[in-house]
Amino acid sequence: MTSFTISANSLQTEPLEEITHQFIELCTPRIHLDVEGNPTVTSDEQVKVESTIEHLLETFLENHEIDDTLPRLNRLQIVDFVRHGLSKLSTSYECLDASRTWVCYWNLHSLELLEVPLADETKDAVISFLNLCQNPTGGFGGGPFQYSHLAPTYAAVNALVILQSEEAYKIINRTNLYNFLMNCRNEEGAFALHVGGEVDVRGTYCAVVVAKLTGIVDQKLFSGTSDWILKCQTYEGGFAGTPNQEAHGGYTFCALAALTLLGQESKCNIRCLLRWACNRQMKFEGGFQGRTNKLVDGCYSFWQGALFPLLHFLLAKSDQYSEALDAEKWLFNQEALQEYLLVCCQHPFGGLLDKPGRPRDFYHTCYGLSGLSIAQHVNGLVSGKTSIVGSPNNELALTHPIYNLGVTAVMSALNYFNSQPLRI
Amino acid sequence: MADKELKESPTDSSDECSDQEPSYIFYRDRPEWNDIVPVELHEGPFPVVAIAYSDRFKDIFNYFRAIVLKNEISERAFQLTSDALELNPANYTVWQYRRTVLKGLEKNIQKELSFVRTIIEDHPKNYQVWHHRRVLVEWSGDPSSELRLTEIVLAQDAKNYHAWQHRQWVLETFKLFDHELEFVERLLEDDIRNNSAWNQRYFVVKQTSGFTEDIINRELTFTVNSIKIVCNNESAWNYLRGILSHCPTGLNGHPIVEELCQFLDYNKSEAPFYFSFLVDRMEEMMQSDPLKREVLLPKADQVLQLLATKMDPIRREYWLFLSRYLNSQFAN
Repeated sequence: MTSFTISANSLQTEPLEEITHQFIELCTPRIHLDVEGNPTVTSDEQVKVESTIEHLLETFLENHEIDDTLPRLNRLQIVDFVRHGLSKLSTSYECLDASRTWVCYWNLHSLELLEVPLADETKDAVISFLNLCQNPTGGFGGGPFQYSHLAPTYAAVNALVILQSEEAYKIINRTNLYNFLMNCRNEEGAFALHVGGEVDVRGTYCAVVVAKLTGIVDQKLFSGTSDWILKCQTYEGGFAGTPNQEAHGGYTFCALAALTLLGQESKCNIRCLLRWACNRQMKFEGGFQGRTNKLVDGCYSFWQGALFPLLHFLLAKSDQYSEALDAEKWLFNQEALQEYLLVCCQHPFGGLLDKPGRPRDFYHTCYGLSGLSIAQHVNGLVSGKTSIVGSPNNELALTHPIYNLGVTAVMSALNYFNSQPLRI
Repeated sequence: MADKELKESPTDSSDECSDQEPSYIFYRDRPEWNDIVPVELHEGPFPVVAIAYSDRFKDIFNYFRAIVLKNEISERAFQLTSDALELNPANYTVWQYRRTVLKGLEKNIQKELSFVRTIIEDHPKNYQVWHHRRVLVEWSGDPSSELRLTEIVLAQDAKNYHAWQHRQWVLETFKLFDHELEFVERLLEDDIRNNSAWNQRYFVVKQTSGFTEDIINRELTFTVNSIKIVCNNESAWNYLRGILSHCPTGLNGHPIVEELCQFLDYNKSEAPFYFSFLVDRMEEMMQSDPLKREVLLPKADQVLQLLATKMDPIRREYWLFLSRYLNSQFAN
């Protein structure tokens, strides 16, 4: 069977037991969109992307005939790209001058996933830099002399946690951080991203994560928060940035992860969320889209992909659904996602991207690798399984689906901070 | 190659360094600024995410930092924020400071609305510009340009999340729903697959009439007609389920839905969304009527096998999960 692309009307039926996950041919049939004679802007865009992907997949299969270690994650080139970016950024990065702690985190996390150790000088330099971003009023800004903002605060805390040293942890002023979080809180329990800033579920996620990691949670901080998050679930099953808005992968991740940290994950409509999440995987490309009827994007490999370990955890705790779970598989096609990332989302000079034709960047590299890690490793409560598409060297370190940090880094930080008094 | 992140502010690649403008004078060379000592960034000998700032960028932000540190509220500070925002419209500190200056100088809100509008036009996916606009509208209490502005932005990108969010806020805060259903219907005529428009439709119904029996009938008719034309449109199916969640009879028992299923059966539809819907219908029936389980469970299994192997194999694990679940609930 050399043809893997199938138009909707001429399918070959394969018995279940014989669908094996090898890299000789693609793991699953790919099905083109059926435009049904009714083209619109949405379908035009989708058809264009499918055509590009089809070409890449065909080329890949031809190359694979000759070299069966494909697809390969270009580790060395990615490391060079990311390591350089941890140090210096071109002038075109002026647009991210208010997000430098993010760039720090994206690159440190990528190195963490690739299991590249950091030199002590690098760690010291990062710690000094992040310290400059911390404000006396608590929290971190996107760079020195910038007001505190929950997103760069999340990024800074995460970056320090990756460094896994007491020296790094001690930088965080927990008392001030608590005060900053309280200043961002509104009456309902939702969080503005900064004082005088916009309120949406990202703010809530960032606040809950940094508070949990640094051990500063008390009764007041998240009172009403989970109720507010639940209001963001839409009729489609995913979550929006604010109540009534459209269900979106990034916000859904923030919502479910925050709810899980708050212990309230079972209060949402699980079946609806599960259906929505599963439907976000593209049946041709194999990657995930962010919203219904929109295009695939490599970064959603994490935002949508990480929902599955969280859903697995949720379902495993329920009497109703736990028996039906497969302990060795997430409820999405792990191999197809890996194929999309490895075959379609790698830049020739290293780094990952949204989709073919887009430029590489550190954000897509971080979240592409994070999604790859999730797709490679299933950790059920009882057992688990690793499934690597392509070369065994493609295997990445495990990432924690709530924080998107290495699991050992998370444990280490939680141990340290939870042995600290609540506030200094 | 220009590397751009899409995290908070996906700026387009038209940001240019215009150090070459002949009339541009650096702040450090402006006599009216010589009372200010610029604040340079000194981050130590080992660069960490160090951006190769242009001279113009460095100069402007050196002066901006100085102004913020002394908390200067003045016309020149205000102009400086405009320059800073041209270089980085994602700098939330500059926007926040600008709001402080706006308030302090009691500047004209209408002019500021024009200013932020031009930035929105170039950077429609930036969080800060839309938030700034919202704050201005809150201050002025005047929403009169907002529906038109969001309509224009949506004409260029019918799914712009920020534009929809702003529009929803305006509609809700100022109770301007009168023509919104019309607006939504136009967008759905343009592109029946526009999920943002479907979402907006749900919002309008929810916030105006609510899901009364008549409205449910109207919405079901609309959605079913849409599905009959484009069957593989997930937006319409999600909307259908959304409406039915307000229906006491659920997925089964509503004549409009029954007719749709008959239509699709008759036309031998192979749309995965339809098959998935059928499984959920069967689940509901098995839940409410144990006597039907013996007949329906194998049927549901059959459809799920078809989905897993032929119709929608990428979601195989999900279809198999549902099969195991239904068996655990309803098998003897």
